[in-house]
Amino acid sequence: MAAVGEAVRLPAPHERTSARILRALAKTPLQILLALIAVLWLVPTIGLFVTSIVPQSAVSAAGWWKVFAHPSLATFSNYSALFHNAGLTGALKTTAYIAVANTLLVVVVGALAGYAFAWLEFPGRDWLFIGVVGLLVVPLQMALIPMFRLYDILGIGGTVLSVVLFHAAFGLPFAIFLLRNFFVGIPKDILESARIDGASELRIFVRLILPLGLPAIASLAIFQFLWTWNDLIVSLTFGVTPITVWIFSQMREFSSSLDVVSTATFLSLLVPLAVFFAFQRYFVQGLLAGSVK
Amino acid sequence: MTDASITAELPERVAPPGPASGRRPSRYRTGALFLLPAFVLLGVWLIYPVIYTIVRSFFGPSGYLGSWVGIDNYKSLFTTSTLVTAIKNSAIWVAVVPAFVTAIGLLFAVLIERIRWSVAFKVVIFLPMAISAFATGVTWRMLYLQDPSQGAINALGRSVSDVVSAPGVLPNALPSTSGLQPRGGGLILKTPLHPGGVALLGLTGIAPADMPRGSRQAAQPTAKPGNIEGVVWRDFKPGGGKPGVVEQGETGIKGVTVELHDSSGNVVQSAKSAANGTFDFANAKAGTYTAGIGAATFAKPFGGYSWLGPQLITPSLLIAYIWIWAGFSMVVIAAGLAAMPRDVLEAARTDGAGEWQVFRRVTVPLLAPVLSVVFITMIINVLKVFDIVIALAPDSSQANSSTIALAMWRTAFSGTFDFGTGSAIAVFLFLLVLPVLALNIRRFRREV
Repeated sequence: MAAVGEAVRLPAPHERTSARILRALAKTPLQILLALIAVLWLVPTIGLFVTSIVPQSAVSAAGWWKVFAHPSLATFSNYSALFHNAGLTGALKTTAYIAVANTLLVVVVGALAGYAFAWLEFPGRDWLFIGVVGLLVVPLQMALIPMFRLYDILGIGGTVLSVVLFHAAFGLPFAIFLLRNFFVGIPKDILESARIDGASELRIFVRLILPLGLPAIASLAIFQFLWTWNDLIVSLTFGVTPITVWIFSQMREFSSSLDVVSTATFLSLLVPLAVFFAFQRYFVQGLLAGSVK
Repeated sequence: MTDASITAELPERVAPPGPASGRRPSRYRTGALFLLPAFVLLGVWLIYPVIYTIVRSFFGPSGYLGSWVGIDNYKSLFTTSTLVTAIKNSAIWVAVVPAFVTAIGLLFAVLIERIRWSVAFKVVIFLPMAISAFATGVTWRMLYLQDPSQGAINALGRSVSDVVSAPGVLPNALPSTSGLQPRGGGLILKTPLHPGGVALLGLTGIAPADMPRGSRQAAQPTAKPGNIEGVVWRDFKPGGGKPGVVEQGETGIKGVTVELHDSSGNVVQSAKSAANGTFDFANAKAGTYTAGIGAATFAKPFGGYSWLGPQLITPSLLIAYIWIWAGFSMVVIAAGLAAMPRDVLEAARTDGAGEWQVFRRVTVPLLAPVLSVVFITMIINVLKVFDIVIALAPDSSQANSSTIALAMWRTAFSGTFDFGTGSAIAVFLFLLVLPVLALNIRRFRREV
């Protein structure tokens, strides 16, 4: 039986190999097309990077792509110049403060509320939740004027805090939505047995919900971090200078300040790109939870 | 009937009595405590502003409230030319971007199912999503620069156009005397020539760096019977020199195609100038001729399209924006595809449906909910477009590229500080996204 089985099976791999080659050949135009598209999609980012490592004089004389023919042009002098620029380093620090503080705030406040909406009982819970989800679509333009006024009265305009709180409020509806839906999926038995053991809700939240909810919290944190890191309009309005606003202030003479602008822009991308590559999975999960659900 | 239905529902309502039912009030309090921070933030930064902005939109430009103006602010939305432009542009964005982003995402999602490196492809296309809209604006502005030696897109345009129609040897040259006159893009010598004559074609306006390689001191041509001799030279030397005269220190121009026309204007001979600028037309029959340089010599190189100019700025912005969001659309639709029942597709194929029919009649209808989510998300995103415009459009094109969200910011925070009209624009924007709010609530209520 075994011999027969082998004898029957033997020709199959040959067929499969040839069939595979045929199939691969049939797909070659598609492969080439998609490869071209992928390259095309990378060009802007690569162009930005190359511009940032070529001296301004070379860029204005010949364009950044000439560096591929003359690799000796490449230099990191633009970067070292920028690192000695107090304006830029200050702006980078501001960006980091805003992004980190905001992310922490949204995760903590959002998780507390998400837990309440998922597992605590109180009257009107589901209606309140629907109300919070409804706030998802409020454009932040609706709050710029009132908060500009209010910050003026409170005297906190122009502070990192003012921007952090603004972002936090606008990040919360999504945070609560995402975390509540994830927490609801945690098996009820775990919570009930903890409650029977007499654990307080706060203890359950810290010891059970946060660790179990980590995947959703990670997605949320990444989103929130990228969103605030990349923001321009809020900081610009309230007079705070993170990296985006700093670059914006350098753009008056665009083609003659390409060295500063491109280098600072690429610097501003490094952190988001690192976050993206490190946590891709969570990023995509959060995206799907936010849209497909 | 009613009684029955009430009793039927009762057990459900009483259902959660569990172990904690005895201390319900304290659990209400716990719930309230857990929600408090969120509700403070939402109340102060979202609810209060929404109410204030709506009220504020009926009052004048300055002050905490200003003076009552009724719906004047809303009227000015449709009468102020900058705001009308912004609304028109936003309409273009809504009409173009969601459709393109959804279509491209669908196309990519379907195509990458057939390749092995689909993960790598997804990462590449998705990458721009991590980049800020502002940085995208900066990046694409570089690509769009008009000068083909700086802007990559126009550089590509130039290399294509150089192949299609090569630029001339002397794109900027001008005649040095009025004896040489423009005709049909080229130059022609006014004075008629006869065999044995001499043609002097003096040019100026050529930068030393643009001179054809290998050119030397220009030579005064010597007349030969039966031939027409001539010279093309740079009729200029440091200090000026005398126009129309070949002098020491003036250079001949090598490689220029000179044409000899007969009296009816037809080209009878053509010749290329030598290193010292001289050329000759041998054995010309008796008659009257004119000599000149054809238009090809003076053809200007491709100067680049003005992608950032007022006419093209909105299309340029749309392209950059689609570049960002195609990845989002692709990833969401690919997830929808992965969740699709394969047997349905297989059944359709077994029934003899072609790939296109399967796509058109099975895949797309089954994906419709996902496609509509992408489409609606993109409508909202597009209405809020701000950063990319402010970064990509130069000051001279800002007025032509404005969108509703940007116009709101400019009206309220840049120059005029008109909080009344600014509020009205914000409310208008809010009204535009409100139908989506209704859609969302309906969807989530079903889930909750």
